[in-house]
This record gives sequence, C-alpha cells and structure tokens, in this order.
Amino acid sequence: MTQASPVIVVIEDDPAIRLFLRTGLGVHGFKVFEADSGRQGIIEAGVRKPDLIILDLGLPDMDGVDVIKTVRQWSVMPIIILSARSTEQNKIDALDAGADDYLTKPFGLGELLARIRVEMRHSVSSPAQDQSGVFNTGALKVDLLKRQVIVDDREVHLTPIQYRLLSVLIKNAGKVLTHQYLLKEVWGPSYKDNSHYLRIYMSQIRQKLETDPTQPQYLLTESGVGYRLKV
Amino acid sequence: MNNERPDPDQLLARVERDKAKAKRGRLKIFFGAAAGVGKTYAMLLAAKERRSENIDIIVGLVETHGRKETAILLEGLEVLPPKLIDYRGTTLREFDLDAALKRKPSIILVDELAHTNALGCRHPKRWQDIEELLDAGIDVYTALNVQHLESLNDDIGQISGIRVWETVPDTVFEEATEVELVDLPPDELLNRLNEGKVYLPQQAQEAIKNFFRKGNLIALRELALRQTANRVDAQMLDYREDHSIHEVWQVSERILVCIGPNALAERLVRAGKRLANSLRAEWLVVYVETPELQRLPAEKRDGVLRILRLAEQLGAETVASSAPDMSSAIIKLSRERNITKIVIGKPTRRGWKRLLLGSVVDVLISDAHNINLYLLGSPRPERGGSVDKSELSLYRKSPLPGLSVRLSTRKKGYYLGYIWAVAVTVASTMLAYLMFGRFELANLIMVFLLGVVFIAMRFGRGPSIFASFLGVAIIDLLFVKPFFSFSVADTQYLVTLLAMLTVAMLISNLMANVRSQAKVAGHRERRATVLYAMSKDLATSQNEDEIVRTAVRHLYTEFGSRNVILFPDLNGRIVYPKDPGMRESLHAADLSVAQWVLDNNEIAGQGTHTLAGAESIYFPLSNGESVVGVLVLLPVNLRRIFLPEQQKLLDTFLRQIAQAITRVRLAEQARKTHLNMEAERLRNSLLSSISHDLRTPLATIVGSASTLVEEDGTLEAEDKLELSRAIYNEAQRMSSLVNNILDMARLDAGAIELNKQWYPLEEIIGAVLTRLQKRLADRPVTVKLPPGIPMIYVDAVMIEQVLVNLLENALRYTPEGSPVEIMAEASSFAVEISIADQGPGIPKGFENKLFEKFYRVQREAAQSGVGLGLAICRAIIEAHGGSIQAQNRPAGGAVFSFIIPLDHTPPLMGPEE
Repeated sequence: MTQASPVIVVIEDDPAIRLFLRTGLGVHGFKVFEADSGRQGIIEAGVRKPDLIILDLGLPDMDGVDVIKTVRQWSVMPIIILSARSTEQNKIDALDAGADDYLTKPFGLGELLARIRVEMRHSVSSPAQDQSGVFNTGALKVDLLKRQVIVDDREVHLTPIQYRLLSVLIKNAGKVLTHQYLLKEVWGPSYKDNSHYLRIYMSQIRQKLETDPTQPQYLLTESGVGYRLKV
Repeated sequence: MNNERPDPDQLLARVERDKAKAKRGRLKIFFGAAAGVGKTYAMLLAAKERRSENIDIIVGLVETHGRKETAILLEGLEVLPPKLIDYRGTTLREFDLDAALKRKPSIILVDELAHTNALGCRHPKRWQDIEELLDAGIDVYTALNVQHLESLNDDIGQISGIRVWETVPDTVFEEATEVELVDLPPDELLNRLNEGKVYLPQQAQEAIKNFFRKGNLIALRELALRQTANRVDAQMLDYREDHSIHEVWQVSERILVCIGPNALAERLVRAGKRLANSLRAEWLVVYVETPELQRLPAEKRDGVLRILRLAEQLGAETVASSAPDMSSAIIKLSRERNITKIVIGKPTRRGWKRLLLGSVVDVLISDAHNINLYLLGSPRPERGGSVDKSELSLYRKSPLPGLSVRLSTRKKGYYLGYIWAVAVTVASTMLAYLMFGRFELANLIMVFLLGVVFIAMRFGRGPSIFASFLGVAIIDLLFVKPFFSFSVADTQYLVTLLAMLTVAMLISNLMANVRSQAKVAGHRERRATVLYAMSKDLATSQNEDEIVRTAVRHLYTEFGSRNVILFPDLNGRIVYPKDPGMRESLHAADLSVAQWVLDNNEIAGQGTHTLAGAESIYFPLSNGESVVGVLVLLPVNLRRIFLPEQQKLLDTFLRQIAQAITRVRLAEQARKTHLNMEAERLRNSLLSSISHDLRTPLATIVGSASTLVEEDGTLEAEDKLELSRAIYNEAQRMSSLVNNILDMARLDAGAIELNKQWYPLEEIIGAVLTRLQKRLADRPVTVKLPPGIPMIYVDAVMIEQVLVNLLENALRYTPEGSPVEIMAEASSFAVEISIADQGPGIPKGFENKLFEKFYRVQREAAQSGVGLGLAICRAIIEAHGGSIQAQNRPAGGAVFSFIIPLDHTPPLMGPEE
C-alpha cells in the first residue's frame, strides 16, 4: 500500500466544529472532506472513498443513525460518532446500527485522534495480533491458536465462556462493544436481556487478569454502553 | 313625615334600578282587551317603521293566522325560523330562543306573551323566554290580552265565565318599558268577528263565541283601559319621585302575607298582591311549617308549595321556614324585614277553643305593636259557587309540571294500631274480669286507662281514642249494672264513665303530642346527625375528588336520589366528570341545563320554573361569591326535596359542599403559590450562581482567545501555549458546570427514569476511576472492598455520577496529593459506600446544608462549582431509595457515605455448560 494521506469525511452541521476538525485533522496528516447534511454526507462517503467517517448524530435533515444504516449497506469503513446528547441509549442505537466508536461533545482533539488511530489500525489488519495469532497488550498475552492466556508470564485458566468473551473483545480490541453485541456473540441471540451474565463474567475475568479489578488496565467499562479492551 | 330629603336608600335603589334597566333590553307590550283588536297588526306596523329607520329588527315569532293584512306586513322583515318540536305526532312551531340570542338583533318581535311553550323548550312560559332576551340586552315587542294578566285572571274569570290558564305575572307587565294600548270599540270588534277576521281556535269555537258577547267585551275593554291608566299613573309616580315633586315622602311599606295549608292561602296571596300594588310596597309571603304541620298529608303540603310558586309569579319574595311556633316565627321575620303590614287569615279556632288554645292572630295582635294586621275571612263552604271552585282549583290542581307525585297515603301498619287497640282492650277486659268483685270499679277503670296509655304511646292518637271508646263501652257493658246493657242504673256511674272517657281522650292527645314531638325531635336530631356526619367527612376530605365523592354519597343517603356534581372547565363550560363515578352517581345530566344554572345561579329542572321538562333538578353550588359547580339530582320523590324542612337541609348541604370545594381550591392555590415562590427562589439562586460561575471561566476564555486572535507576532510560543491551555482548562470546567446544571434540571423535571440493573460494585468503581484517571494521577487512591460484597441493583450511570461528584469534591476541597479512600461495607439489607479524604473537613453545622441546591460553604470562592454536585448526588441516591450523608472523621478530614438498599434478590447464574 502506498502511504497516501488517509481520507476522512466529516458529516457535521456546525461550521465551528467542522473548522476545528478540518484544521486539527489536517495538521495530523489527514485529508478532510466536509458535508453539512446527512444526504450530502452519504454522497461524499460514496464519492470520496474515505478511510473513515466522522458523523454527528444531530443532523438537520435526517437522523444520524439512518446515515450509518445507509452507509453500512455498501461499506464497512469505520464510523466514529459525535454526539451532543449524553444519554446512553443514543450511543447504543448508533453502535448497534454499525458505528464503530463514539465521542461525546465536548471532546479534545487528542481523544479523537486516539479513536481514529484505533479504527484505522483495525480496518487495516487485526489489531495487535501478529501472524502467529498472538494478541499482546501490556502484560497480557493471548495465544488465539493455542487458546492460551498469559498475564505477567503466568498462565491463567479461563472457563470456555470466559475465554469466548475475551476472544470477542480481542477481535474488536480498542473498540467499544455494546452489551447487546457481546451477549449475542458469546451466549447467542436469546440471551440479549441477561446483561447481568455479561457483568458477572466480566467481573470474573477481571479478577483473573487485572491486578486491581477496581482500577482495570485492560477490560474497561464504557458506562451504560458496553466494554472496551484497551490496546 | 316632614322629611323633605329623599331617603338615600330609596335613591340608591332607584339608581340600581336605572342601571339594571339600561343594561336590560326594553320591553314594549301591545296591550289589548281581547283577541282580534289588532295587536299583531299594530306591532308589525311599528316594526316596519323601525325597519325604515334602519334599526336591526327581526321577527322572532308572529302568528298571522292566515290574515292577509298581517301577512303583507311581514314582507320585507327578517323572520327567524321557528323551532319545530314533535309533540304526540304533531309538529309544533315554537319560538327559537337560542337562535334569537345568537342572532342578537336590536329589537325582536315575539307575539303572544302569555303563550305556554311545548315540553322540550327551555322555559315553560314564553314570558320567561322574553325575560331572557331582555337580560341579554335585546329589546322586545310583544302582544298581550288583558285577560292573561295574573292578578286580573280571577276577576275576568268571574266576568266572562271562562278561565284562562295561560297567565303572565303582573311584574312582567309592570316592568315593561312601554305599554301601547291597542283599542278597538266592541262593535267594530264584533263586526270583524262576523267577517271572520278574528282567528279562533277550531276546537273551542262555541265557548269562545260566548266570550265575545258585547257585555264581556265592554268589561274587558274597561279593564284594559284601567290597567293602562294605572301604569301611566305609576310612571307618573316614578317621575315625581325622580324630580322630588311630592308633598310627603312615603315611608316604604313592606307587607308580609302569612299562609297556611288551607284553601284561604291563594286568596291571601292575591289580596297581598293587590295591597302591595296599591301601596307600591314590597311584599313577602311566608309559610311557617310547625312540627304539627309536618304531619299533614302530602297533598296538602304540595298545595302550599304551589301557592308559594304562585306568589313568586305575582312578584312576591317567598319564605318557607320550619319553626316550632308559628307566631314567634312570624314576629321574628317581621322584625328582621321591617314589615309594616301583615296579611293573615281570620283565626279558624272559635269560641272556647280559641280562648283555651289561643290563635296566631291573637299573639300577633298583642306582640307585634307597630304592625298593622289585615285579616281575611275564610270562604264558607256552603257559599262556594263556581268562583270558589276555581279559586280552590290552583290549590288542588297542579299547573306546575312534576309536582304530582303521590305517596300511598295509608302507611303500612296503619291498621295494626287498631288491631292492637282491640287486643289491648280485650286483655284489659280479661284482667278487669278477674279483678271484678274484689276491687272497686275505679281500679278496673285504671286497668283500661293503662291500656289506653300503652296504645297512645305505641300507635298514636287514632287507635288510642278508639281504645278509649271501646274501654268505656266495655266497662259500661260488663261492669256497670245492669250488666250486658249500655244503660246505666246509677247516675253516678254516668259521671264516672264520662270522666273516664275525658281522661282517656286527654291522655290520648297528650301522649300523641309527646309522640309527635319526640318524632319531630328525632327527625331534627337525625338531620343534625346527617349534617354533622357530612361536614365531618367534608372537613377531612383533602381534595376536590374526595369532596365530590363524599357529597354524592351523603346526598344519596339523605335524599335517596342519585346525583352528580358538575364543574366548569377553564373556559367556564360545564363538562362531564372524568371520574367514572360510584354506585350513587347519576349518569344522565343535561349539560345545557347545568350550564344555564351555572351562568344564572338559579335552580332549574323538574319542579322549578326553568326547563321544568328536564328529568333532574339542577342546583347551583354557590359559595356566596361565585357558583363553583352544579349539583344534578334525579329525585325519586319531589316532596323529599321541596318540602321546607328538606329544602333547608338541602340548602345547608349545598352550602357546605360549595364551601368545602372552595376551601380545597384555596388551599391548592396557596400550595401552588408557595411552590411558585420556591421555584422563584431557586431560579434566583441559579441565576446568581450561573452569573458567577459561568462568567469566571468565560472571562478567561474570551480574554485568552482575544489575545491569541489579536496577536501580531510578539507573543512567545510558550505564552501562546499557556493561553491555549488556559482556554482548554476553563472550557473543561464550564463543560462540567453545564453538565451538572443539565443533570439537575433533568432530575428535577422527573425526566430521568432509572435504568436499574445488577452490577458488581467493583465495575462501577472501576469505571469511575478510569474516568477520573488523569485528575487522580497525583492522589493515592485506596479502594477497600471486602470480598463477597453483593451485586447492587442500580442505574450504574447515575451511581457513577454520584461517585464522580463526590471524588471531584474531594479533589477540589482537599490539598493536592492528599490521599482519598473508597470503602464499601455490606449488611444483609444495604450496601454502604464511603469516600473519605484527609482534608480540612466540613465546618460544623453544615453537614446537611451541603446537599441543598446551590449551597456552597464559601460563596464566590474561585475554586467552587455551582453548588449542585451534592444536590445531584442526593437526588440520585434518594431516587434509589437510599440516603446520603456527610460527616467529619475523628482523625481529620471528611467522609461522604451513601447507602443503597438491597431490596431485590440478586439473579442466579446457571452453571457454565
């Protein structure tokens, strides 16, 4: 792959935020195209073939969630949501519709860049996972072929469900995963209302992997939304 | 008497009258002696004239009776379409009052003032329709024949031999602005009649032809002329009063007519009316119902009510009161109302009875010193020709709809008394027979008297008198020589027997009186109890719904009638209640009737003057100032509602209900005012907080940003970075302030629904610590979670917010680098989570104030927030059913702890497959 500057389409109706994103991202080597409405944004997303979309949920002409659904009909390109609404349900809806991550306004450029990096890396290859199928972050090492979990050079035994949960998180490392998504992936669609299963297992995994479960280093909680494996 | 200055009261009354007149429409009556004199014609002619003056005049209802001249006059005038009412197969054309009120012309023509409306119209009489038009400020032209005037009805009935039932109260005639006499000499009228120009109803042709005898017509014409002249006279008097042209100011007279439940009542009322007219005086008609009168048969009591209605129609004020003593009640009323003359019937008791028992008239003569008494003789029954019959007829026959309810007059158990009388007498006879020979006759008599006392006590007057006679007969027959014969051998026994009879009768009477008084006292006590019970229930009712339910229930118990209370909505329109109601609730009420009652503060419906066709009775619920609602009552028995003592009770009920409703409404208003004040206070402190706490960071942001914008290359890179960092930091601070304000607003509005789920406590704490990672970087944070802490059932986002706020507080108010501890403890009922610091602690006495909105220990301190953080914590924890508190630790520093109750069973996990 030639190292051309990555392309980002920003769909946002507020010109001040567009300005901030254009200059901020521009400085960091991104090529930014802007759209001030959902319809325009969908066209830009189709024409510019971007590497990533930054989408505001509150658009004048249509619901941001609908934009995600439309884009998802033809593309798996990463989508990061910006939302002024702080209620969790909006984020969950957007994530379930296919968005990859979210940021709540106001946010700093640093936070945004971190999220963008995770998404770009993710879309290029499996994250932090070399050819041997080993996932590495901090002191945590998971061999996906051998189904082996090692923390601080010490092998940890996980139950099948605990392991399945961890492997789903590893597959999407760095991304926020909603409760719904995790339940569906690990237990199956009929368990989508049993979110306490998820919490209990998560708690068990933390007990085994984290030094201090109340100050987790790997398995982070996204309040009211889901979990994220830190990379 | 030599007072030259007008009486101020009278002047005031006149001013009031003029004011009322100015607002009211003007009534012009085309007045004639008989049908066919050309009233309608004259009226239409006048209408044409007005029309040509471009006045908005319309024809409400005019009967042309097919006469061509009249029909021609109608051309060119706007005619209101009549209201068509189906009545037993035929369609009746009635005046459409509502359409007229809606059209609201300046003048409207409505023929035949005395007309009786068909059932289904709002008022039973057309003159009432016209009153309403006048009240609405519409001028009315109408026509009237002299025979239809209420007070002349009698006289004309006598003259012509035909009595008309369609009458118009004299007050309507007297209060007319203008009366135009339409006069036609009798000969000409007869000519017109012969030419067929006079309309006569088909069915009564013969009888009415009788009416048009020349003698009759002359008499009627004279009456009509005289009536008009009297009116002119009255106008003249008014004028003289207005312009102080007078010799002597009349002391205003007030006449009181006392009626009883007898045939004289109607004559008394008419006589009172005539006297009041001639003296131009106010007059009252009073009916005092004594306990004795309460025992009267139902028809008689209904009769009294009818007479009172008649008096109202004749312009009297009526008072029905119940009192133990008639004369003192009359005297009391006379004093209260400054009565100068009393009209009353001659005493009915005569001779020794009057001497012995007294009469109301005698008491009045001796006690009412300044009052003139007018006595009216009773008609003798034998004199009673046709006139008397017609006079009595109103008393007997009801012209009012609805008041014809009859009870079975013989109560159950009526004959039982007599059977008992026989039985007791037989028992006495047997006892006396056993005693006979060994005891004196006087002792035997005592046995019988004892029996009489018993019967009188249990069954009242009739049976006991019957027992008295029976006893005397048996004594005479069995125990006085010669035996088995009613003759008496010894004359002294005759005295004995007579004495026995007298004593027995006296006992009967006395006992019966005692009984009836006890009964009346019982009634009164029961009424008092009922009232007390209701007022007690009303007093404890906290809201309007409860009051309505209480009222409906009590009204149902007391009056046996299903009922409902209707209230107006915000626009003053009566609406059906939203409540489905109870067993006692009435489900059929006519909203338009209720609306009328609300607007006019007058009773309507069955048994009243207004909309008498309605099935129920509609009472206004007035608190003295305004009508708060309308009570609709479906009577099972009109008497149970319209009898004086019942009406008094109902009035008291209504007043109490209205007052109770007013009370809760005022309380509600006061509560709202208080809430508003509280909200206002909060708003003010919010404004002052915001003005300080948002402006401070804004000042930094604006200042720094403007420095950067206007920068001309002189700033060092380091300075730029410094300024940018300041902007960033202050913006962060503002962001958290705004978030707090928004959170509080959402919590306050109750917009937040808790999304409770099961969470391990460590996950929540973990999320918080991750969130605050940067800011806690230089703080040693210890988390002490004992193993086995149960999961908690909470809205995790909310609880995280609490922890974040508490931690931020600790960061803000304790020295940098000082440690923070997070601890948890569990009991079987609750989990307590504490956040402890080692800062300066909380000033004494502020531990609870901290949680109030906008409260800050140090006002205007640069480092402070809006003072919402802890208030938000408290709101969230309380929404979870827990509590939060702050205290100082013994070793220094503050500890904030909150409790989350464990009132749900944690979910079970199935074993892993």
